[in-house]
Amino acid sequence: MSVQNGLPRRQRSVLGVVAAWLADLFRHDKAGFLGLVSVVFFVGLAMLGPLIVPEPGKPDVTKIYQPPSLEHPLGTDYEGRDVLTQVLRGGRSIILVAVLAALLSTAIAITFGSLAAYLGGTVDSVTGLVTDVILTVPQFPLLVVLSAFVKLDRPWLLALLIGLLSWPTLLRAVRAQVLSLKEREYVEAARALGLSTFHILFGEILPNMAPYIVMSFTIGVTAAMYAQVGLYFLGLAPLAGENWGIMLNLAWIRGAIFYKNSVLYILAPVLAIALLQLSLVTAARSLEGLFNPRLRES
Amino acid sequence: MIERLESPASWGQLVKGLVRRPVVSHALRVIHRISRAYVLRRSLKAILTVWIVVTATFFLVRLMPGNPVEVYIHTLISQYGFTYDEAANQAASLFAFDPNQPLVLQYLDYVRSLVRGDLGQSLVSPGTPVSSILLRYLPWTLFSAGLGLFCSFVLGLSLGMLMAYRRGSVIDHLLTALGSFFQAVPNYLVAIVLIVFLGVQLGWLPVTKMRGAVSPGLQPGLTVAFVTDVLYHAALPVLTYVLTTIGSWMLLMKSSTLSTLEEDYVTVARARGLSDGRIMRAYVGRNAVLPLFAQVAIAAGFVVGGSVVIERIFVYEGIGFLLLDAINRRDYPLMQAIFLVITVSVIGANLLADLLYSRLDPRIRRQTAEGER
Repeated sequence: MSVQNGLPRRQRSVLGVVAAWLADLFRHDKAGFLGLVSVVFFVGLAMLGPLIVPEPGKPDVTKIYQPPSLEHPLGTDYEGRDVLTQVLRGGRSIILVAVLAALLSTAIAITFGSLAAYLGGTVDSVTGLVTDVILTVPQFPLLVVLSAFVKLDRPWLLALLIGLLSWPTLLRAVRAQVLSLKEREYVEAARALGLSTFHILFGEILPNMAPYIVMSFTIGVTAAMYAQVGLYFLGLAPLAGENWGIMLNLAWIRGAIFYKNSVLYILAPVLAIALLQLSLVTAARSLEGLFNPRLRES
Repeated sequence: MIERLESPASWGQLVKGLVRRPVVSHALRVIHRISRAYVLRRSLKAILTVWIVVTATFFLVRLMPGNPVEVYIHTLISQYGFTYDEAANQAASLFAFDPNQPLVLQYLDYVRSLVRGDLGQSLVSPGTPVSSILLRYLPWTLFSAGLGLFCSFVLGLSLGMLMAYRRGSVIDHLLTALGSFFQAVPNYLVAIVLIVFLGVQLGWLPVTKMRGAVSPGLQPGLTVAFVTDVLYHAALPVLTYVLTTIGSWMLLMKSSTLSTLEEDYVTVARARGLSDGRIMRAYVGRNAVLPLFAQVAIAAGFVVGGSVVIERIFVYEGIGFLLLDAINRRDYPLMQAIFLVITVSVIGANLLADLLYSRLDPRIRRQTAEGER
């Protein structure tokens, strides 16, 4: 695949492509650019949070539900712990679990979606049936019911459950795309060259769907965050440790909503989650524009 | 007819004779056409899905390590000194199957009682059939979630069309931004913010009084007092459903309208000099709405799923509220039944939306009849 066959090299360095795309995004889609920047900002802050604030806040009974002050910019919680500390430290596990779940569901969707489309026949019918069933069963109630049977005390277990339930939509899309792409000439050519099915699927067809897959992955992250925070909020996952879902739960249960001084305690995780979700969706939409240039023009 | 039925030798002839009769052969042709038809295949698929969910739930409850049936039997034995048989019998009446039988027979029993509408008995309040508890809570969820979905669909369609007709205007940009915002933010956060601001910080709404599905002691009936009370209690959940789903309807309708506006038949209608209002209603609106019907089913699933958290937040006594209650008390038969009901209603909504869609757009039926899945 190098210069020796005399063809001009079409590849630019990955960095160059990304830079060009970012510049283009900034020019044409300010909201998308802002979304992307804030995703990087929030994810960075959440990942570094436990390094910036190495210690979890200490309970202090004399400082319960304090209003914002210089010492506690967002006030304190029901045990007198600093709210800002919790917000900074509480994002990492939420984001990691969501990303893990989205990675898992994306992997399942890509593998089985493309295999179903490419092989057809029984494989296609069976995947189709399983997809239809999982797609129609409402996901959140199922998670809620499963939480009664499975102890969700390990974050990866939560990621596994969410990931195993959220692949059907993407699988359908991948299947439809592969169905149309496999009739293209370059795939014919690859088949005529005797390349393996594996190579044709993952080397030739899938790279053409990369932007779409990245976009679905982003949406998958938001969906996994929704489910995860929902479970914590309802108290169905153990409330050990620090994360935004647990903060929501405790702020709700301990009546933080009913005091004027503690309103920031409940609003802080609400805002953190909402802003992250919003910027993820905006970023995903700008990726959609990259994938489908017609959208950009309108 | 009767004499012929009594002699088995002529049964083959009888069948042949029957088929040749015009009425019967016509009926057979109709059945044949139906079996190829979209409606029937779609319904069969829905029934198949229900069956798979029922089966999966059964084996989940029965076979999981530390499954509730075993746990229940062991509590009875260790705490109340039951013999295994007594405990098993007690468990059998609660879970609506007999643990002493082979698994296959248990499964058949379970399915048979489900078909008869017997969902077992509540574990926490023994003697109360699960179905009677369900019937008390289910209507409220159907009412509030359905009303929310309906309002947001109608409002979203109108706003989406407005955005498409005024594209590029301030209104379009404003609504797009608002729509994207509410589409992105999780519904339970919207609910929390509604309570925190409307209920507590501003003190505009008595949120604690608005809890429950109706005020206690109110006589149900078609009286003004009852209807306003029901709407009063459902207001906040419905508002949340509308706020969190309207964004996607608006954006979907906008893009659907935009692509319909480019169709030839709209240009032709304009060329014929039809009034703008007529074009909007009869040509653009009708066609632009079609693709959205397929989405109604997905939205219904999402609203029902979301109702679990929303009903908890507003303490609205619907089926989502009941599900959490059942889980917190480990009332497995109730839990299992609620999950089945939620799933079946989502599958039903799916089916209804698909059938409605195929009714409205004959292209769908033809397409699927030609072998596309």
